[in-house]
Amino acid sequence: MRVLERKSLSPLLEALRRRGYEVIGPTVRDGAISYEPLSSADQLPVGVTDEQEGGTYRLAERDDGAVFGFNNGANSWKNHLFPPELSLWKGRRDEDGEIRFTEQEHRGGPYAFVGVRSCDLAAISIQDRVFIGDAYVNGDYESRRRDAFIVAVNCAEAGNTCFCASMDTGPRAGDGFDLALTELLDGGHRFLVEVGSERGEEVLAEVGSSPAEPRDVAAADAVSEDCASQMGRELETDGIKELLYRNVEHPRWDEVSERCLSCGNCTLVCPTCFCHSIDDATDLAGTESERVRRWDSCFGLEHSYVHGGSVRQSGKARYRQWMTHKLATWIDQFGSSGCVGCGRCITWCPVAIDITEEAAVIRATDRIEAVGINADD
Amino acid sequence: MTAAGTDSAVLEPTTPVAYRVAGKRKEMGDTWTLELEPVGDQRLPGFLPGQFSMLYAFGSGEVPISVSAIAGGSGELTHTVRAVGAATGAICDARPGDQLGVRGPFGSVWPLDAAEGGDVVVVAGGIGLAPLRPAIEQLIAERDRYRAVTVLCGARSPDEMLYPSELQDWREAGIAVETTVDSATGDWEGRVGLVTKLIPLAPFQGERATAFVCGPEIMMRFVAAELRGRGIPPGRIHVSLERNMQCAVGHCGHCQLAHLFVCRDGPVFALDRVEPLLGVREL
Ligand SMILES: Cc1cc2nc3c(=O)[nH]c(=O)nc-3n(C[C@H](O)[C@H](O)[C@H](O)COP(=O)(O)OP(=O)(O)OC[C@H]3O[C@@H](n4cnc5c(N)ncnc54)[C@H](O)[C@@H]3O)c2cc1C
Ligand code: SF4
Ligand code: SF4
Ligand code: FES
Repeated sequence: MRVLERKSLSPLLEALRRRGYEVIGPTVRDGAISYEPLSSADQLPVGVTDEQEGGTYRLAERDDGAVFGFNNGANSWKNHLFPPELSLWKGRRDEDGEIRFTEQEHRGGPYAFVGVRSCDLAAISIQDRVFIGDAYVNGDYESRRRDAFIVAVNCAEAGNTCFCASMDTGPRAGDGFDLALTELLDGGHRFLVEVGSERGEEVLAEVGSSPAEPRDVAAADAVSEDCASQMGRELETDGIKELLYRNVEHPRWDEVSERCLSCGNCTLVCPTCFCHSIDDATDLAGTESERVRRWDSCFGLEHSYVHGGSVRQSGKARYRQWMTHKLATWIDQFGSSGCVGCGRCITWCPVAIDITEEAAVIRATDRIEAVGINADD
Repeated sequence: MTAAGTDSAVLEPTTPVAYRVAGKRKEMGDTWTLELEPVGDQRLPGFLPGQFSMLYAFGSGEVPISVSAIAGGSGELTHTVRAVGAATGAICDARPGDQLGVRGPFGSVWPLDAAEGGDVVVVAGGIGLAPLRPAIEQLIAERDRYRAVTVLCGARSPDEMLYPSELQDWREAGIAVETTVDSATGDWEGRVGLVTKLIPLAPFQGERATAFVCGPEIMMRFVAAELRGRGIPPGRIHVSLERNMQCAVGHCGHCQLAHLFVCRDGPVFALDRVEPLLGVREL
């Protein structure tokens, strides 16, 4: 393990840029932390923290000069790997009625993602399974993801809506990064660096670092342990799949749907939600068309529309789809939970519906005898 | 980059291939069968009975449509489409020579091999006969692999009975074909009533039979219950499900039914996988 000085952050970003990466990292935008292209280390949110609770998010100042002293904002790395809107192809119909489809070039990347939290690192590997882990590979996602250089930054403080410790996704990044930083403030502002790849090693060599002393390692361990002990929320995952399968007709779904606005905020901010619609736009003359992929949400009525009406008509059915997908069916589909415990859906819900609370209520009133649904694989 | 070549692996599954309407036949009021052939060198891999394509009418939309006949390796595709909305309406309005975009083949198949050596009963409701037709044609072509083969078709009215002349051809080819309508009109002399009523009379032995069922979801649930009552194990009753489909490759999330992606894990499912799911409202 190595130690990187605070002043080496800017050279680190420079080194990544020299290698051809577009650097994406946290910055303050519209009153929130947002992962955006960075042209300079000055754009990092130095001395900024966030206060999060169910339905509220606010930035505040901190006086210790921490560079990564906040938790997640509304957007996530999914905005870059799986952009909210993407043109897939353009179509043309000429006078003879010949039609022709031209695929859009895969653009984007190579990216260097700087400041990836452990929960979001888990979310990236979950979306990998969705888009490139099956028979059909999503070419655009693959091209953005393949060469992405990841600088993880371990959280020092957990937010009020965080529960990564419950989901076993944090707070300390385990693997899947090129470099992982832990910000140390006491005894000199510096970062403990874990190296996760050869190219990570090379970049670090260009920037310059010193070997870590035992006290640096111990300080970083203490930061992560502290953070793990401060989780704002908790979610019991033991047997959660069976719990939700059995309680598919639980009265709680009706109760929560009375509060739920079906706005879809939770799915937009969720770093693992992958639903999208495939929309066509055609010019008035009917000769040019474009197919666009757009984020979609299971909270919309059209999401389940088939001729004759939507399958999930009620808000109850749509809330149940969302939560059951995140915590249960996802396990059968992709071998892991679809929730990484980042807390975004709690923070950004306008009426402060809380996935951890909903799961706890169902557990407390578990209808053990219910048949529910089963899954075979 | 224009997708080129004949190797489907180089194509994004999200990009259609241009096909030309080579032939068109009216089946009934709002239902047409289209024969499609590739326009250029690019053609899709062969389809199997039960699989579907995403058919794109330029400027009107793209929808999942099952193959309704299988051509022998020539690249031609046959679809039977009922015009119920914008996209299906535009597909049915296409004239010979017009071009459509096609993606596919997608999804699971009617398990014809697994049915070998036993009885086969095919139950169709309305347009549901279209996705079953390639299976029926294969059963006839390989008739000696199976014991009793029975096709049961229900339609709302005699005018809505799909493929009437084929039904007669199939009888002559040595399989039992029974029909019924919900309400008789004109000179209909056949049975009146729901298709479920044909099941008790059909010549199959449950313990050695396999069933293929396609029609409205509610009809499939009643038919499945009736077939189970006659002793067919749920693992050998196969149904084809319909859900909203946009990508057809398991990426867009629209077709989810609990843990299943209907586009990728289905549309053809053994009943034991989906029966508890279909019993939950709005799942
Ligand atoms: C696997 C599968 C196989 C099918 N095979 C056939 C077939 O062989 N013949 C046939 O006539 N019909 C078939 N259908 C039904 C056909 O796809 C719908 O009738 C069609 O999608 C209706 O679209 P529309 O635009 O004409 O209607 P509208 O009701 O105007 O629909 C508007 C839009 O909603 C969406 N949508 C509506 N209904 C469906 C639906 N059922 N599935 C997916 N998306 C939908 C589409 O995006 C559509 O463009 C099949 C459906 C599935 C899922
Ligand atoms: S469901 Fe909520 S807490 Fe879980 S990953 Fe998604 S946004 Fe984060
Ligand atoms: S179905 Fe809902 S919860 Fe699941 S990925 Fe799609 S939008 Fe997210
Ligand atoms: S149609 Fe997109 S996931 Fe099934």
